[in-house]
Amino acid sequence: MHLLDKALFYVFAGVAVISAVLVVTRRNAVHSAIFLITALLATAGIFLQLQAEFLFIVQVILYAGGIMVLFVFVIMLVNLDVALRQVQFNRQKWVAGIVVLALAAQLGLVIWTAGRIPGAGPGPNAAASPAPAPQLQPNAEMVARSLFGPYVLPLEIASVLLLVAMIGAVVMAKRKV
Amino acid sequence: MIPIGHYLFLSLALFIIGVIGVLTRRNVIIILMSIELILNAVNINLVAFARLFGDVAGQVFAIFIITDAAAEAAVGLGIIIAFFRNRETVLSDEMDMLKW
Repeated sequence: MHLLDKALFYVFAGVAVISAVLVVTRRNAVHSAIFLITALLATAGIFLQLQAEFLFIVQVILYAGGIMVLFVFVIMLVNLDVALRQVQFNRQKWVAGIVVLALAAQLGLVIWTAGRIPGAGPGPNAAASPAPAPQLQPNAEMVARSLFGPYVLPLEIASVLLLVAMIGAVVMAKRKV
Repeated sequence: MIPIGHYLFLSLALFIIGVIGVLTRRNVIIILMSIELILNAVNINLVAFARLFGDVAGQVFAIFIITDAAAEAAVGLGIIIAFFRNRETVLSDEMDMLKW
């Protein structure tokens, strides 16, 4: 069980990272979209391995099913034959390199030195706490109780946000802007 | 149980790949996809900490982030379609109408 857990995590993590690299480097936007679906599904697998079953389903249906269909539709609507033959990367390699190095240094330093996470033991690479982590089961029920209990106001604000986004998308896609 | 640091490093790797995509690609659709990668990396962090602390609040926050990602994708792709209709391009460095 323990070994299976580890194997699942590393397989999903490897698939996610490799597909993410392919998303950024492919020339054809359709290929990027397909690899993005793979990365999102691998992330969904990691959610499942972390006992977030409800989020796993939401990720598969909403992200890989809904948002990616939107992306593929737009790729279809936008003429890509011209864009395919042009230079794919702009001249910001040095800017990107500096930003990425700074980000990696900051976040890596935080992760390596923050050994004070309670329950994580002396450091991030130490073995996990001997006591098994508390269970998050039944997951959907707990998420629902939290979502409609203490987080009901953010939920309503999120619904307003979705309404605004819907109206904005309709206005944006109208023939005469 | 996998140490929390491994999840953090996976999330860091995905985040940085997304940042590289946003900063170096010219195609706006792929820039939007890289933003989705970044949001996804944050979700991994939230869910990993939810599991570590046994608190479901992290998963609730991840649901809100997915909601934001959906709204952002809808509006962003609408903007791309409107822009493509006017200027016949999807390349970010040709979107310079505000520059003179």
